[in-house]
Amino acid sequence: MHPAPSVIIFSTLSGLGFGLLFWLGIDPSPPTGMTGFIFFAIAYALAVGGLLSSTFHLGHPERAWRAFSQWRTSWLSREGVCAVGALCILGLYAAALVFLNIHIAFLGWIGAALSVATVFTTSMIYGQLATVPRWKTPLTPALYLTFSLAGGALLSGRTTIAIALLLFAAAVQLAWWQRGDKALANSGTDLGTATGLGDRGTVRSIAHPHTSPNYLMKEFVYVIGRKHAMKLRVIAFGLTFALPLILLLLPFSHIFAALAVLSHIAGVATSRWLFFAEAEHVVGLYYGMR
Amino acid sequence: MTTLPTSTDRKLGLVIDLDTCVGCHACVISCKGWNTENYGAPLSDQRPYGTEPMGTFLNRVHSYEVQPEAGSAQTVHFPKSCLHCEDAPCVTVCPTGASYKRVEDGIVLVNEDSCIGCGLCAWACPYGARELDQAEGVMKKCTLCVDRIYNENLPEEDQIPSCVRTCPAGARHFGDLGDPNSDVSQLVESRGGFDLMPEMGTKPVNKYLPPRLKDSWDDQSLLAPMLEPVADESRGFLSWLDKTLDKIPGGSA
Repeated sequence: MHPAPSVIIFSTLSGLGFGLLFWLGIDPSPPTGMTGFIFFAIAYALAVGGLLSSTFHLGHPERAWRAFSQWRTSWLSREGVCAVGALCILGLYAAALVFLNIHIAFLGWIGAALSVATVFTTSMIYGQLATVPRWKTPLTPALYLTFSLAGGALLSGRTTIAIALLLFAAAVQLAWWQRGDKALANSGTDLGTATGLGDRGTVRSIAHPHTSPNYLMKEFVYVIGRKHAMKLRVIAFGLTFALPLILLLLPFSHIFAALAVLSHIAGVATSRWLFFAEAEHVVGLYYGMR
Repeated sequence: MTTLPTSTDRKLGLVIDLDTCVGCHACVISCKGWNTENYGAPLSDQRPYGTEPMGTFLNRVHSYEVQPEAGSAQTVHFPKSCLHCEDAPCVTVCPTGASYKRVEDGIVLVNEDSCIGCGLCAWACPYGARELDQAEGVMKKCTLCVDRIYNENLPEEDQIPSCVRTCPAGARHFGDLGDPNSDVSQLVESRGGFDLMPEMGTKPVNKYLPPRLKDSWDDQSLLAPMLEPVADESRGFLSWLDKTLDKIPGGSA
């Protein structure tokens, strides 16, 4: 799959933003006044910045409002509804905390639930696609949710919870990679089933429909950088989990905490790039590619 | 709405005969022509005369080689367009309701005025039937020539999809696959028509007819029995002449 920068930026930043909003929402003694303002400003900048970024890959961004209508069937529509719901409700919650010094706990809980729901719906956009066997697994929502909650805990300074969640997310990431490498082969879909000619012999593509790559090949058959996939996995794993964990276990310092957050963000972005670049869409089979 | 209908009154679709297709791409060209000049946004081209030309097509013809375990390989030309699936995954993922499946005939269409060009429907389609037009930013797909098949301004023989009308080999057939007595259903029944990627659970309406297995050098010719002598014993004047000539010395039978 083509790794569109707008979608990678969106899922990295929004995931962290909604993760932070979740922890702020369920906090029994959330930050108020100026401290509260800074926390919520960071969370909103990440969540809204990511959402805006995701509209850049649309053919007609001016029609994006229509995307709230089909929540009955579409995970993308559900994501939009949950995101706007979370941002509106937590906006009221944050305003009460920052300006009135009032903690309206039930708004925080509803907002936190909607924040988690947003991340879940994002993950299901990918996790529902039978056409990309590497994504079609309950491990995909597990991956997005653990990344988001771990990143949010890290950003909000919850050291103990962050360490536990980073370890858990690391395990999910390893399991996701492990399963993903066999997913296409295990799906049972190959050029034989794609053409319906597989029971007659070995099917091989001898001529593409056109002489140069088309939209389908550019969107679904992305092979650039796959040869570096293993190195990038090591880099992603080191930056997302190993380095932040070491920094968190050292005696506390604001510098170390900031470095842990930056390292984590860079790592998640690398992991998300791999999420797309390594994913094989079955339409590639028709072109004798994957 | 992007909720799929539980059933459709008819299941209009194509039957593509892989035995007959010669891979001439005439269907590709006629499709591009009709759908550029008629319904919806035109099918654009990028760098048509430059390096790496690219364009939007609703129908593309692949070519494959099938190598059996024994014997010689077979070339199969393989036209592919939207299969108008009964459980179309492209429709349910659409966030805006631009994609829909018609209750009256099962055709899957895109309302281009509502399409935001997110591309998710193309991601959900296993067949590569949807292409995002690079000039218009909206999703394009086969309409089964909905602007021809019901168009009473056209002569009756032209009220079929452009690709079917054009195919010089008669490899493409159009009809109601929901009616077991229709010509196309009978064709699928008699020729063993099959689905593409049935494991995806999309229940395609379009069917493909398998190519005949390739002849072998060892096969007996179909004509051989007709070349056998039809009479074992000769009779009449020719029989007398034959026997008489045999009696004359010289020569040999």
